[in-house]
Amino acid sequence: MTKSKHSLRANTIPAITTVGPITLWLLFLVAIPLVYVLVMSFCSIDEFYNVSYHFTLDNYKRLFDTNYLQIYAQSLFIAFFTTVICILLGYPFAYFIARAVSKRKAILYMLVIVPFWTNSLIRIYGWRSFLGTNGWLNTILMKLNLINTPVEFLYNRGTILLGMVYCLFPFMVIPLYTAIEKLDQNLIEASNDLGARGIYTFSHVILPLTISGVFAGSIMVFIPCLGFFFVSDILGGGNSDVIGNLIERQFQSGNNWPLGAALSIILILMTLLLVRIYQKLGGDMESLGV
Amino acid sequence: MKDEIIVKVNQVNKIYGMNHVVKDLNLSVKQGEFLTLLGSSGCGKTTTLRMIAGFEEATSGSILVEGEPVENKEPFERNVNTVFQSYALFPHMTIFDNIAYGLKVKKFKKSEIKEKVSQMLSLVQLEGFEKRYPRQLSGGQKQRVAIARALINNPKVLLLDEPLGALDLKLRKQMQLELKELQSRLGITFLYVTHDQEEALTMSDRIGIMHDGILEQLATPREIYEKPATRFIATFIGETNIFDGRIETVEGDFAKVLLENGSVIGKGEGFVKDELISVSIRPEKLKYSMEPVEGFELNGYVKSYIYVGSVIKAIIVLPNGYEIKLERLASELLPEIGSRVFPYWEVADSVLIHSFDQTFYRAVEDIQYG
Amino acid sequence: MRRKHKVQRILKMVFCCCIYLFLFLPIIVIVVNSFNATTKKPYLSWKGFTLSWYMKLFQNEELLSSFGMTLSIAVLSTILAVIIGSIAAVGMYKYKFKGKALIDGLLYIPVVIPEIVLGISLLTIFSKAGIPRGLLTLVLAHATFSIPFVVFNVRARLSGYDNSIEEASMDLGANRIHTFLHITLPVLAPGIGGGALMAFTLSIDDVIISYFTNGQVKTFPLKVMDSIKSGVAPDVNAFSTLILIGTTLLVVLTQSGIFRKNNKERG
Repeated sequence: MTKSKHSLRANTIPAITTVGPITLWLLFLVAIPLVYVLVMSFCSIDEFYNVSYHFTLDNYKRLFDTNYLQIYAQSLFIAFFTTVICILLGYPFAYFIARAVSKRKAILYMLVIVPFWTNSLIRIYGWRSFLGTNGWLNTILMKLNLINTPVEFLYNRGTILLGMVYCLFPFMVIPLYTAIEKLDQNLIEASNDLGARGIYTFSHVILPLTISGVFAGSIMVFIPCLGFFFVSDILGGGNSDVIGNLIERQFQSGNNWPLGAALSIILILMTLLLVRIYQKLGGDMESLGV
Repeated sequence: MKDEIIVKVNQVNKIYGMNHVVKDLNLSVKQGEFLTLLGSSGCGKTTTLRMIAGFEEATSGSILVEGEPVENKEPFERNVNTVFQSYALFPHMTIFDNIAYGLKVKKFKKSEIKEKVSQMLSLVQLEGFEKRYPRQLSGGQKQRVAIARALINNPKVLLLDEPLGALDLKLRKQMQLELKELQSRLGITFLYVTHDQEEALTMSDRIGIMHDGILEQLATPREIYEKPATRFIATFIGETNIFDGRIETVEGDFAKVLLENGSVIGKGEGFVKDELISVSIRPEKLKYSMEPVEGFELNGYVKSYIYVGSVIKAIIVLPNGYEIKLERLASELLPEIGSRVFPYWEVADSVLIHSFDQTFYRAVEDIQYG
Repeated sequence: MRRKHKVQRILKMVFCCCIYLFLFLPIIVIVVNSFNATTKKPYLSWKGFTLSWYMKLFQNEELLSSFGMTLSIAVLSTILAVIIGSIAAVGMYKYKFKGKALIDGLLYIPVVIPEIVLGISLLTIFSKAGIPRGLLTLVLAHATFSIPFVVFNVRARLSGYDNSIEEASMDLGANRIHTFLHITLPVLAPGIGGGALMAFTLSIDDVIISYFTNGQVKTFPLKVMDSIKSGVAPDVNAFSTLILIGTTLLVVLTQSGIFRKNNKERG
């Protein structure tokens, strides 16, 4: 059956004009670049560090270098604890602001967003000024005679965790807030009415109904954590790298793009795996969007 | 009422994938009439309306408005307007801008638009609402804006898709009368779609009953009630008792019909001996006697009574267990429960219906063609 | 019983205050440092109060031009993302076509994938295609991560959208373009506005993707990144303080103005 003039005008043409541009965009600036990264990860480099299209598995072999393996482990460790800390601090916090009086609620919510209007690098640098050997914290502690000589708070895993939690905390709070706000107050009352105690109501009613927010928030925190190289640059002083640092080095100073591409493939696979688990747990892709 | 045909639907079919939604539809809407398409959800009535408006395309067949085929015309090129079930008022525009929309699109002069809109507002009794937004209006008021917005364009036909569906019962009754009054005052042709049989009977000049994609009968409300063309219509419109049987003899308009419980007499034309048929008799037309009546061999006993305000309904059980209903004024004295009665009717009150109607043939076709 | 409640409430408040303190502490540091009279790198020890950095900042042309660059990139990429994202959201909502699931899947990639991966993939493809890195590549890259957010915002608005208002418009004689401009667009405006705001914010603050696609062009965040090793100068702090005050004012104004109008429309 041939398409009539009517259906062409009512369907085909509008569909192509509306969806065509985004299709081309996503194809050329998302799909093809990622495929190209995959291709590049199998390429070698010549003596001038230029990419040469000779098939090799060397890049993947190099991924199993012990130094690299250590950094993956460290990176996962940091991402895991950042996520856990964000959940432990973020859940009660999101709960309190989502259950606040509606007038106050909007302001409390905005206050979570406001810090993000200041560039994240500057804020991380703010932490460095605060924690550094001649920073505020040391000054205060010395004034209080609690310490005699400045303590080095910076450049360890603890400060990296602090920086990561600081950068990613809102990405945990926002989905949690959305999930908790949707929660019907009557359900909590019904549970209490039926004789359940606070903890029982929480674990059997509140948590199951808001767990989707925890999952979404975890995805939004864990994955970026693997790549945030600037946090460890500023607060880690080069001895607490994450996978992002390895990739960054290959594309900047190291200038070994194929190796960097292979390292990126690790991140892509991890992302796919985590998103897959998220979907298996019943997570909705849509709630990752906003 | 002039008999000029304003909308003609010719052998129209609509198929969505595997669903045959409208089947060989033929329909002529006369100038100035109030025609209702009545049927349960999924019967194809709304699809028919949307094809006339231009939102859906007929799979085959043609639609003519004022004698001109409109298949290749876009909705905005057709001189028909629609009142939507959801009202579809533009939420970001005032009532004035909503009603003026059609005229603004057609680049009418500002002064003219203003005048016409205020005429429309007074027509639907919403003077002073110009500056409000749809969200500030009640359901009934939104409904009136939707009607005014369509009528201002002076359409040849106004298509109304369950316009009262979202209103509560009381308001719906009031709006039914208002709509009917508006239609006869303006003389604009209304093609109305509803699933509410009472609404259809109250307002329409003619009713087309659709069932499973087929227009089963197109007639005046009275005709439909008194002479249902199919078994479906007889049971769909009002309450009725249906007896399935076979014609034994035909004498003029009368036929002797053999039922499982004995023979009866019915009225109808065009029936032949041995044809399988149904007899329909309304509960209020069903009579009873304490002794056998000539020509009727039915008997049964009174099982129970149900009081429904001013009327009382009796349930009579026939020997094979079939229950029939009889309706009388509550003031009437009726036989005791358990007494034996002999049901009968005035032959002129009964309706004979072909059993092998279109529904049957269609079923056969469906079996044949899978 | 009462007392227990009171204790609970106080604990809650203390907890929330601690979290807010955590969120705002570095900002307090920035604001205070912007008034620090020290001129010795890395500008940390307190040497008294001064407003001189706020004066000097307007002579720092590099800083100002990098911020100008950041603004132009944000505006251009937001415009691109809004146009492409909005019409795509409408098209994907209204029409059925093959490959819809694929487009949907591709849309989630820039959202979930680590920014660094998107950054290096764009870097490699730009260099492969021979597109010189600079303003153009920055705008393309920023629009790429912004488009999904515009689509999701508009889509959220569409979920409560009555399709028949477009039919009503056409029924009243308006053609498709007129209908889109006068009905679809204004009704979707809040969703489009939300998406635009998000795209703009993401663009202004972006470090990682810009870091790989900038070439010689320095955006404000990249400028900051360069200066971090030697210590962020107090005029950058002063500048950040001004931006913070500016955006806060802007939001307070729009919240009290536009937002209220919006609520009315919904209620």
